[in-house]
Amino acid sequence: MEKFTTLSAVAAALPEDNIDTDKIIPARFLKTTRRTGLGKHAFDSMRYRPDGSENPDFILNQEPWRHAEILVTYDNLGCGSSREHAPWALLDFGIRCVIAPSFADIFFNNCFKNGILPISLPRDVCELLMADSSMGSNARLTIDLPRQVVIRPGGEEVPFEIDPFRKHMLLEGLDDIGQTLQHESEIKSYEQKVVGERPWMPVITLD
Amino acid sequence: MAPRTLFDKIWDHHVVETLPDGTSILYIDRHLLHEVTSPQAFEGLRLAGRKLRHPEMTMAVVDHNVPTSDRTQPIEEPESRNQIETLERNVKEFGVPYFPLLSASQGIVHVVGPEQGISLPGMTIVCGDSHTSTHGAMGSLAFGIGTSEVEHVMATQTLLQRPAKNMRVTVEGQTGPGVSAKDIMLAIIGHIGTAGGTGHVIEFAGSAIRDLDMAGRMTICNMSIEAGARAGLVAPDDTTFAYVRNRPFAPKGEDFEKAVAFWRTLATDPGAHFDKDVTLRAEDIAPSLTWGTSPETVLPITGTVPDPALEADESKRVQMQRMLEYMGLEAGQKIAGTPVDVVFIGSCTNSRIEDLRAAAQVAAGRKVAEGVRAMIVPGSGLVKRQAEEEGLDRIFLDAGFEWREAGCSMCLGMNPDRLTPGQRCASTSNRNFEGRQGPGGRTHLLSPAMAAAAAVTGCLTDARELV
Ligand code: SF4
Repeated sequence: MEKFTTLSAVAAALPEDNIDTDKIIPARFLKTTRRTGLGKHAFDSMRYRPDGSENPDFILNQEPWRHAEILVTYDNLGCGSSREHAPWALLDFGIRCVIAPSFADIFFNNCFKNGILPISLPRDVCELLMADSSMGSNARLTIDLPRQVVIRPGGEEVPFEIDPFRKHMLLEGLDDIGQTLQHESEIKSYEQKVVGERPWMPVITLD
Repeated sequence: MAPRTLFDKIWDHHVVETLPDGTSILYIDRHLLHEVTSPQAFEGLRLAGRKLRHPEMTMAVVDHNVPTSDRTQPIEEPESRNQIETLERNVKEFGVPYFPLLSASQGIVHVVGPEQGISLPGMTIVCGDSHTSTHGAMGSLAFGIGTSEVEHVMATQTLLQRPAKNMRVTVEGQTGPGVSAKDIMLAIIGHIGTAGGTGHVIEFAGSAIRDLDMAGRMTICNMSIEAGARAGLVAPDDTTFAYVRNRPFAPKGEDFEKAVAFWRTLATDPGAHFDKDVTLRAEDIAPSLTWGTSPETVLPITGTVPDPALEADESKRVQMQRMLEYMGLEAGQKIAGTPVDVVFIGSCTNSRIEDLRAAAQVAAGRKVAEGVRAMIVPGSGLVKRQAEEEGLDRIFLDAGFEWREAGCSMCLGMNPDRLTPGQRCASTSNRNFEGRQGPGGRTHLLSPAMAAAAAVTGCLTDARELV
């Protein structure tokens, strides 16, 4: 997983409550065998018109927000079905940080698992950030994870909270697997112990 | 040491390390893969530049999406074809032992594992599929996992887990004639409900469970999920060891004897603590089936469809009403005699040779009723071959059943075997949710003998009247 330290990027505002995972990635795209490549279907129903052409009114189809790496929304982002395809789609689109007053639980967890930083800030702060983001490319937001602040275009700093363990995982680019692999020596010695105690344990080999 | 349960012992054997927050790194002995939940996990490994830690503890097979008709033809549905081809590329790249579509050993992953001796007593076994609980019949801890956990096991051969609570379901006594493992399990789910096992691992115990053959125990453990439990298991005993002996991937010779000596130590100690303990009398269990769209809506075949008006709880009443409408049934009607359109004998619950024998016993010398489509989908190529050696295929074909290739088939309708709206199906599978076997399809869960009885009479029927 890519490390997350500081991010200075264009932010896009989606001023809505309850943006569910079906809006983020509709169910019909779940039969895929890949987790990459979902970015082009992110927010499919808002982003494209029925004939498949881009909807020019949708913010992620406009410059410079087409290149947004930060998303700011209202309450309960990521509610609905627990599909892990939602963070996969966001990440593939290029989003590394989502800011909202509140998140759905599983989506919140799944973001961390995929290297996306979810930041929870009061609604009025989200409104300010949305106003900042509307100024376009001269108005980049900066996320400083080590110092736990969002830096507004004018330089004002907004502090945010994050669980220290999760912060560590993001800073180091560790997913659950990376975390478990830090216990490699314990896993190895377990394996040696079992070979000693239960030498009859068969392995599966086919010719 | 305090007395421990079978689950406690398997758990303790597999804890690599317990972390300060109480989660444990649990070692996994067998990781089973199929085409639907593995592709993104393989992709994740590849993206992170990780290796598959133990290909020799991993096994892959195609089952969910495969056609169960002629397999020499290319697969028609592009998404199914893509998933199958993706698995084939992945097993090659990562060196995973694999049973391909045209292999005689191909079949439903939960039939193949025990049949090949890949799933053994005392093991931890996982698969990206909730009915992995089936393998618990071997006396192992077996449960389903999600895609990111599949990747975690691939990379580390471990999972991050917290221990479940212990529950015991005891069935004492002797079942009456015509009462199968499926009937016992339906009765258990009807009794404890679909949330009865939530947060628990269920150990099935008692003389009626010990008297079951391995196929029956697998039917029981398979549906632990429908009772809300994470896993189900049965203590390994002589029946288990006799089943395991000489399976292709089981230990051989002296190793087998050593293994058995170890497996004998796994049974629950006298006095071990269970957080929940439920007992049923085997004599009270009749051939059973479901009438609604939840596996707990269980009735004896001699029973009548319940009346929502008698239900005190408002939300339950509304739910029952909705189920009756969906299922096209009337409150108070006798369930026996309800006409069926389709009969499906198969799935990881009931597609083993013992299940096919029970169905054949009812079908022998009879004909599938006019207008009924009846299909038999063996759980694996080996089950199919054995049935053919015993002449069961002739019995079924003569009676007018379809005799198909192994796979999940109409259990979930991912391949072309689906119900059409309004069709009523007598099915030996494990889930009867709305649309499970095809949009608008109506599913009655029941045993292989009862399914065969429905096929030859054209309606839900007490199989005891036919044998
Ligand atoms: S037979 Fe049905 S329940 Fe069993 S693994 Fe296949 S789809 Fe799942």
